Amino acid sequence: MGVSADVRALRIVRRARDRIDRDYAEPLPITALAAEAGYSLGQFIRVFESAYGETPGRYRTRRRVERACELLRSVNLSVTEVCLAVGFTSLGTFSRRFGELVGRSPSAYQREAARVGGPAPIPGCFALMWRTGLPASAEDRNFGEAIALRVGVASGER
Amino acid sequence: MITGISIVSVWVLDQESAKEFYTKQLGFEVTTDIKLDNGMRWLTVRPPGSTNQELVLMDPAHSMLDAETAEQVRALVAKGALSPGVMSTTDCHGDHAELAERGVDFTQPPADRPYGIEAVMRDDSGNWFSFTQRKSEQYT
Repeated sequence: MGVSADVRALRIVRRARDRIDRDYAEPLPITALAAEAGYSLGQFIRVFESAYGETPGRYRTRRRVERACELLRSVNLSVTEVCLAVGFTSLGTFSRRFGELVGRSPSAYQREAARVGGPAPIPGCFALMWRTGLPASAEDRNFGEAIALRVGVASGER
Repeated sequence: MITGISIVSVWVLDQESAKEFYTKQLGFEVTTDIKLDNGMRWLTVRPPGSTNQELVLMDPAHSMLDAETAEQVRALVAKGALSPGVMSTTDCHGDHAELAERGVDFTQPPADRPYGIEAVMRDDSGNWFSFTQRKSEQYT
C-alpha cells in the first residue's frame, strides 16, 4: 500500500473514531460506521485496529464507560440513568463492561467518587483525548494483551 | 525574560487546504505566505483576536524532516494523535455554534469544567485543539 493511501485510510478511520467520541450515546452499530467509511465490515475493523490497537467495538465500549465514569463522578444520576445516557441499552451489559474496565461496579465507583469529592485535577478534555483515564491495574488485568500491542507499536518493536 | 510564545508549529497534510480552513472556517488571517529557496513554504496565520501569536502551518514533506520521518508525522496527524494546544475564546458556546455552522468538526460540545467552558475541535488535517473559555483571566 502506498504512503498516501495510508494517510487516506488513517483519516477515514479517524473520522469514524471521532464519531464514536461525539455520538457515543447513539446506537452506533459498527456496521453503520463501516458503511459510512466506505469499507466492508471486516476491512473497517482491520484498518481501525491497525491504526489504534483495538477494534472499533472495543473503543466504543471504552468511550462509553469513560463517559459513564465522568457522569458518575460529576452528575447526580442513578446508575441506570447513566447507563442509558452513554449509549448502553442493557444494565447487565453496562455493569459487566464497566467492571471489566474499571475494576469495580458502577455503584461502588459512584460511592467512592462521592466520598473523595472535589474536581478532578486533570482537565476533562485531556482525560477524554488521552487513553489513560482508566486505572492501570484494571487495564492490566483485562487488557494486558492490548497494552502489550500498543507499547510494542509505540516503541517500534512490532 | 521570556515573554510568551510567538509562533507555534502545526503539522498539516495539505497547506492549501489548511490555509482555507484556518482563514475561511476559523476566521484567522494570513500573516506570511512565502516559498523559500529550499522548497519550504512558510505559511503563518493569526487568530483574529491576537496581535502577537501565530501558527505556522508546516508541510512535513517540505520541512527539516527526512522523508521517512515526514511520513510518520503525516500518519500521526491523519490518525488524530497530535494536539498543538489550546485555543482561547471569550465565548465558547457562541463560537462553537458559529464554527459548527461553518462546518468545523467538534468531537466534544462546550462543557463546564472546573477551569472554564471547554469544547474539543479538529482542524482539517486531524489536529485537535481544546477550545476553551477560561474562568479566570490569569491564564488568558
